[in-house]
Amino acid sequence: MAGILVLAEARRGELREVSFELIGAALELKPYAGDRLVVALLDAGAPGHAAALAADGVDEVLTVTVPVAQFEAHVAGRALEALIEQEAPELVIAAHSIDALGFAPAVAASQGLGFASDVTGLGWDDGGPVAMRGAYGDKLIAEYDFPGKSCTLLLLRAGTFAAVDAGPGSAPARAVELELSELARTEHLGYEEVAEGDVDITKADFLLSIGRGIEEQDNIAQFKELAQRFGATLSVSRPLVDAGWMPGARQVGQSGKTVKPRVYLALGISGAVQHLAGMRTAETIIAVNTDPEAPIFSVAHYGAVVDMFELADELEQALG
Amino acid sequence: MKIVVPVKQVAALDDECELLGDGSGVDPDGLEWELNEWDTFSLEAALALREAAGEGEVVAITVGDEEAEEGLLSALAKGADRGLRIWDDELAGAAPDALAVARVLAAAVGRESPDLVLCGVQSSDAVNSATGVALAGHLGLAHVAVVKGLERDGSALTVERELEGGLVERLRVALPALLTIQTGINEPRYATLRAIKQARQKPLELQTLADLGLDGAQVASASGSRRRRLAPPDRGGGAEMLDGSIAEVAARIASLVKERLG
Repeated sequence: MAGILVLAEARRGELREVSFELIGAALELKPYAGDRLVVALLDAGAPGHAAALAADGVDEVLTVTVPVAQFEAHVAGRALEALIEQEAPELVIAAHSIDALGFAPAVAASQGLGFASDVTGLGWDDGGPVAMRGAYGDKLIAEYDFPGKSCTLLLLRAGTFAAVDAGPGSAPARAVELELSELARTEHLGYEEVAEGDVDITKADFLLSIGRGIEEQDNIAQFKELAQRFGATLSVSRPLVDAGWMPGARQVGQSGKTVKPRVYLALGISGAVQHLAGMRTAETIIAVNTDPEAPIFSVAHYGAVVDMFELADELEQALG
Repeated sequence: MKIVVPVKQVAALDDECELLGDGSGVDPDGLEWELNEWDTFSLEAALALREAAGEGEVVAITVGDEEAEEGLLSALAKGADRGLRIWDDELAGAAPDALAVARVLAAAVGRESPDLVLCGVQSSDAVNSATGVALAGHLGLAHVAVVKGLERDGSALTVERELEGGLVERLRVALPALLTIQTGINEPRYATLRAIKQARQKPLELQTLADLGLDGAQVASASGSRRRRLAPPDRGGGAEMLDGSIAEVAARIASLVKERLG
């Protein structure tokens, strides 16, 4: 019983970039885990992606052609169980993605696996994997091990581990036949894109972004005006969209848009993981928050612990 | 229609929080407690379904010590019909992880035989995003994670699953099922003062592991991980902090923006 199994991801016929980050993370641990790294893809079109997944250092690519056209949690769950039974890896690495969160915890629970989600750091100690992840809203880091578990399943945060280049390397592909018919318990009805508004925030050079610190809907107008005078495009964090105050097209973050402006000015945004995922690669990040411990300061280049309303008043004067 | 809503009373670190000397945890004096934000949305979804059906029962369940009772009372004040708190000396000090909590919940939820289980996507303190789907795994229930839209259609639900990058998948799932509910799906109600007072009259039961036919060893073996250490994060270089008067900070930000935009 040895080796690492990486669960790659595809959606609507495309491999998801996180797949290559998972392979990158697994390669670091491979020497400790029986020196074997296998990458599996569960998808109706899995064989077509085998060459790309054969990155350098991958020993074998397993393709599971599932009998559903789109991701289906119960089919994926059973396929993962079967792969674990068949391949007996000691470590399974998957993404902390919406799809994986839809089935991986169920498999971990029913199979009695070691398990951690939203993992941001990996290690190996005492003959087994060690996982690091945030605690208390990322204000602290916790370290976990998995004593007594013959197989551990870790879900890795996207955008945290360095991606490897796509193959083709020298790894052979193997089609794995699994009995997966009649397992789907949900019926796919269709996809919908968030309605595009009058603005594309991904194209803006300068985003002025506001968050929960705005407190009330009536306060938004002042910042709309400030953005206009500043030559900035207004964007927002999730709570303002949840509250129905701003359209989803303006939302920065995992479930909104990923932006990379030259300047990102964040006012009253604490910086939940999902928000940071959407803006951390901006060229210059300036963060303003009244909480000096706000996680946004860990990715910002410049920070100020001041009240966003007082600052807005001063900026208006400074801009004349 | 019977709907079970597992809820969690979460801990937030206040400004003066301190780590315990051995790094095993946080000094409890530095914690503030509240009902998990995601659970206010799952509870609202359950209450709305019950009201639309004109019949049914909403049961709020939590695994937690006395602090957690506040969370259940809050759920009862908003409209849950009854509450169940599960706690045991064997759980105290064990810091049960998501899979261990799911195992305990499974024993309690299984006895309720609900038509629907609505969990929050995640808790704001642990952020595992795992307990709900793990619970479904234990119970063998059909499940959909990260749901941002929900409509009942007889004995099935049409739901919207929130994917990355603003993409939404619409799908149908038959009851019984378990969903994890995302923020923004509805507008959670506030409890009136009268309802808060009346909440204490509603049934609120306390059960131990033995009441559920479980023991500490079973819960421990269901656990997926062991926390070895808790430490402050490595902030890296971090941000360069701008000091001075508010006017100076504003002037500095204005000039930085101008400079960086070139």
